[in-house]
Amino acid sequence: MSHIPTRDEVIEPENLVYSRTCLLTDNALSYCPGCGHGTAHRLIMEVIEEMNLQADTIGVAPVGCSVLAYDFMNIDMQQAAHGRAPAVATGIKRLHPEKFVFTYQGDGDLAAIGTGETIHVCNRGENITVFFVNNGIYGMTGGQMAPTTLPGMKTATSPFGRDVETMGHPLKITELVAQLPGTYFVSRQSVHTPANVRKAKKAIEKAIQYQKLNKGLCFVEIVSNCNSGWKMTPLESNKWMEENMFPYYPLGDIKVPK
Amino acid sequence: MKGNEAIAEGAIRAGCDGYFGYPITPQSEVMEYLFANKIKERTGMIVLQAESEIASIHMVYGGAACGKRVMTSSSSPGISLMQEGISFMAGTELPCLLLNVVRGGPGLGTIQPSQSDYFQTVKGGGHGDYKMIVLAPASVQEMYDFAKLGFELAFKHRIQVMVLSDGAIGQMMEKVELDEQVPRWTDAEIKAMSPWATTGKTPDRERNIITSLDLNPVKQEIININLQKKFKHIQETEVRFERIQCDDAEYLFVAYGSSARICQKAVLLGRERGIKVGLLRPITLFPYPSDELAKLAKQVKGMLSVEMSAGQMVEDVRLSVNGAVPVEHYGRLGGIMPAPDEVLNVLEQNFIKEKTYEPHTN
Repeated sequence: MSHIPTRDEVIEPENLVYSRTCLLTDNALSYCPGCGHGTAHRLIMEVIEEMNLQADTIGVAPVGCSVLAYDFMNIDMQQAAHGRAPAVATGIKRLHPEKFVFTYQGDGDLAAIGTGETIHVCNRGENITVFFVNNGIYGMTGGQMAPTTLPGMKTATSPFGRDVETMGHPLKITELVAQLPGTYFVSRQSVHTPANVRKAKKAIEKAIQYQKLNKGLCFVEIVSNCNSGWKMTPLESNKWMEENMFPYYPLGDIKVPK
Repeated sequence: MKGNEAIAEGAIRAGCDGYFGYPITPQSEVMEYLFANKIKERTGMIVLQAESEIASIHMVYGGAACGKRVMTSSSSPGISLMQEGISFMAGTELPCLLLNVVRGGPGLGTIQPSQSDYFQTVKGGGHGDYKMIVLAPASVQEMYDFAKLGFELAFKHRIQVMVLSDGAIGQMMEKVELDEQVPRWTDAEIKAMSPWATTGKTPDRERNIITSLDLNPVKQEIININLQKKFKHIQETEVRFERIQCDDAEYLFVAYGSSARICQKAVLLGRERGIKVGLLRPITLFPYPSDELAKLAKQVKGMLSVEMSAGQMVEDVRLSVNGAVPVEHYGRLGGIMPAPDEVLNVLEQNFIKEKTYEPHTN
């Protein structure tokens, strides 16, 4: 029988092609297997590590699936009330203009209960970075309709599909904030394929670099899957996302510095 | 200066780092004064007009979690909107200074002075088991003084301090004695004083997390028990009150803020009429001067709680004396302030003359 290499043999330095950033903690992620949050966390922390910003970073976690983001990100963090992360980040940044300040929010947090805070933080052009993970559903509370839920999409509170006549239309808040003079860089990405991960990382890098220029708010949306909430396998959910979410929420830069 | 201006000046001189607010009558002068005084140039303090009271209180949350001296102010309807943020700050034990220049309610109510937010402030207006330290100024000087005192208490106990004022104290003008400028804390001082603050994770310490969430009920109960221990300690150590002609008093007014000013005058009028009446003025509403009232209950024949409310603080007076002495309430509502002879007459009707008095109902 051939020798099966042990874990220790496999992780010899010469075999190492990738390692987890030290800015992710050892805590096991609480996200469902297949969910995009873990990749989004990793990318943001990788960039902060590569830019050597750990000591200068203060992050704000939302209410939603990523409420426990501070369990996984090895940086100083504050947990905000539902939708209020942009206001919390404003308080931090105004008193610490030299720090790198970001919020990490989901669609319910950012585009429903926190719409006012979102619009005004963008309109003031606060020099913060907003990471917006849009999966079109309330994952944490069990799959209810979100402001970004697609027309006809079935959720726990739209069991026969979202009827735009009575439930309103999916809110393209990213296009909306891109129109405000206070935003400097607005981009929409995804993290479901290696190619998309690389593009998303570039957008995250820009959004962090631009904060140092004090030109305004940088906003990166990551369209993500919610295989549990959508009641699909991870692979099915990624396919469904490509076929349904991306036509409504097209990927790419929406506003770039002139 | 005006009461609202006095607390703004007091905050500047107490070394405040930031003010976040939203205009509402009768307290808009606080933010106006800060902008007019170019405080950024004066001390480096920042002031920001937010899009709502909700945003204001969460900006305060963000600043307080960085260990900074931050504040907001509002009036009753705005303070109602802030309850979410106050509860979150209670859960995360963040120090801050809050000001409510109370106006009559409920709803939009009136812009005239009232004391109808006692329950909301003292009994915890937001969700969860928590208390704030509540300071009740009765003069423009105290509006000024309580900014500095408020920040001291807030950081001493890692707690929210609410200055519970009213439209009369906020708007009236009196002379104020100012003191020296306290320097704003440096980043190094904040790190030393508030090691829990989010100032950026450095290699010498673990990351700092400000959160009120713990899904484990066993741990959450411990968090709550520790909060209650802190409130008990504050009750034992931070009670403040003023005794006015209490030593020989046979009857007692209990009143705070504007009502205490009215009762102070009523005490003088009563003494002219030969009534041995005194005034116990709670300065802290939490912690409440219960022990002092219990002592006075052994001495006086009756207590009258005078409030510009339908009877809120009177419940704490009754709890304090625990039936040892009759306790009555007199209040005017909706922005009406009682007159000194009016409250004295009520005291006489209740405790001295035969009870023929019909309470004011319109």
